[in-house]
Amino acid sequence: MLAQQLVNGVLLGATYSLFALGFTLMFGVLRVINLTYGFYFSAGAFVALWLTKQMGLGIWLALPLGAVAAGVVAVAIDWLLLTRLRWRPTAELDSLMVTLGGVLALYSVMTAWLGPDIRRLPPGLISADALVWGGLRVTMAQLLILGATIVLVSALLALMRFTRLGLAIRAMAEKPDAAGLMGINTARTSALVSFLSGCLAGAGGVLIGLNFNAIQPYMGESMMLRGFVVIIVGGLGDIRGALIAGLALGVIEVLTAGYVASGLKEAVSFAILVAVLWTRPQGLFGRAVVRRA
Amino acid sequence: MSIPGWLDDFLWTYQNLIHGLGINGLLALSMYVVLAVGQLSLGQAAFMGLGAYSGALMTMKLHWPFALVLPASCVVPVAFALAIGVPTLRLSGVYLAIATIGLGEVLRAVYLNVDLFGGALGLNGIPERTETWMIYALLALALAGFWLVGRSRIGRAMEAMREDATAAAVMGVNVARYQLAALVCSAVLAGLAGALSAHASSFIGPNEYGFEPAVTILSYALLGGIGTPLAPVVGAWFLTVLPELLRGLPEIRLAFNGVIIVLAVLFLPRGLLGWRMRRRAA
Repeated sequence: MLAQQLVNGVLLGATYSLFALGFTLMFGVLRVINLTYGFYFSAGAFVALWLTKQMGLGIWLALPLGAVAAGVVAVAIDWLLLTRLRWRPTAELDSLMVTLGGVLALYSVMTAWLGPDIRRLPPGLISADALVWGGLRVTMAQLLILGATIVLVSALLALMRFTRLGLAIRAMAEKPDAAGLMGINTARTSALVSFLSGCLAGAGGVLIGLNFNAIQPYMGESMMLRGFVVIIVGGLGDIRGALIAGLALGVIEVLTAGYVASGLKEAVSFAILVAVLWTRPQGLFGRAVVRRA
Repeated sequence: MSIPGWLDDFLWTYQNLIHGLGINGLLALSMYVVLAVGQLSLGQAAFMGLGAYSGALMTMKLHWPFALVLPASCVVPVAFALAIGVPTLRLSGVYLAIATIGLGEVLRAVYLNVDLFGGALGLNGIPERTETWMIYALLALALAGFWLVGRSRIGRAMEAMREDATAAAVMGVNVARYQLAALVCSAVLAGLAGALSAHASSFIGPNEYGFEPAVTILSYALLGGIGTPLAPVVGAWFLTVLPELLRGLPEIRLAFNGVIIVLAVLFLPRGLLGWRMRRRAA
């Protein structure tokens, strides 16, 4: 029983890592907390729903297309809301407020348009079979989540490590002005970072939608709570920290739901967030730099 | 019988709106005091919910008199404000914002799942103890208090740290202490507003204090601006009356509040009522 809980926790945590990875990347490079991020999660899930239900595509196409669509939404919103704030002295709070207003408007329009009901993906989208090994059961949906997360995370890490774009992104994260002086097109790199983050959120939305088979406009908002916990526990802007903290959060949530009370899993993760803020605000892994006032 | 009949009818018909205007004015001030020191807290709705639930439980389970319940309903919101504010205010502004949004989401889940708070049904049959004059007396008191503080040395320090926290700290302003005091004031006001509204409407539910009300309260302050304490209150009144006049769909009203925030931040950083407080030269 415990082993099964751990497996479920790790698989849930993989989606949290995926989701938080884009969030922390966005903060690390663009230096803003973009609260519309949860909306890309919902957007990815709804595009995949539309593609599978109306267009009859399989999940293998719907997953990447949903992710790319969310990435495009992310670039558009970033351009609309954030570009003109980037050089203001109060950019930090202004961008928080503008994205907060923006995300409320986006969710409400989406709810007015599509309705607040929970929607389901078409049955038979993914085989209901499960791998059974010892007492452990892993469904095909869970395997897909694990596979997709591994592929996306390794692709992102390779991109950051081995390509010129990755070098430009890391340079911008380090010092945006100096990166611009070294000939990096910072506007284009920022847009690409938005796109990548949006894709990660969108992919997370499709996978969570598949795992729980429930898609609904505000799903991104409850996911944001996990995003906050993961990026603060892992350290703001710290990619490796987000990966580890995401997995840990998934396990903790599943164990809390299994052994304490399922209604308290949010409260437990929030208590962890507050405890980390009190004791190690730079994140558990101590790599992110915290600007102290 | 001192109140004429027509006025009595009017007050009775629009009682909810009249209560709402006062309560939302208090909430706008609770947002104002944090923005005035250059921080962003999105915990106002959460603090209000804590005040409402703790106040309602004190009345219903402990049978305390309202004169005791009202001040006591600040205790829980202030405790949460300290637990979150002390660690985050040492750091950059994003930490407070993130932690307070998180608080709202978490409390909603707790209210929904813990029996003491009535679950999805909320708490029903809260005795109606709030009188209209209490709301407005408190609002007037808070406005006058902020006005006096705003004109004083403290107000100048608050404005300095809003414009540039580092420069203010160099000039000898204890930035962290002011910011924590502002957050505590904000929690007190929101807690009182919560207890007053719970004892005015006889029902509270978990969804009244979530993400959407939090953003709506921010839109009050940003529409009016934070140059003077009166401006956010006027913003709140405008955004409370407007839907009554339009009778539009609730979803579109929320979208409208969101769009107001976007436009105010991008194009009207001082709000619609952008006057600043007059002070004597130092």
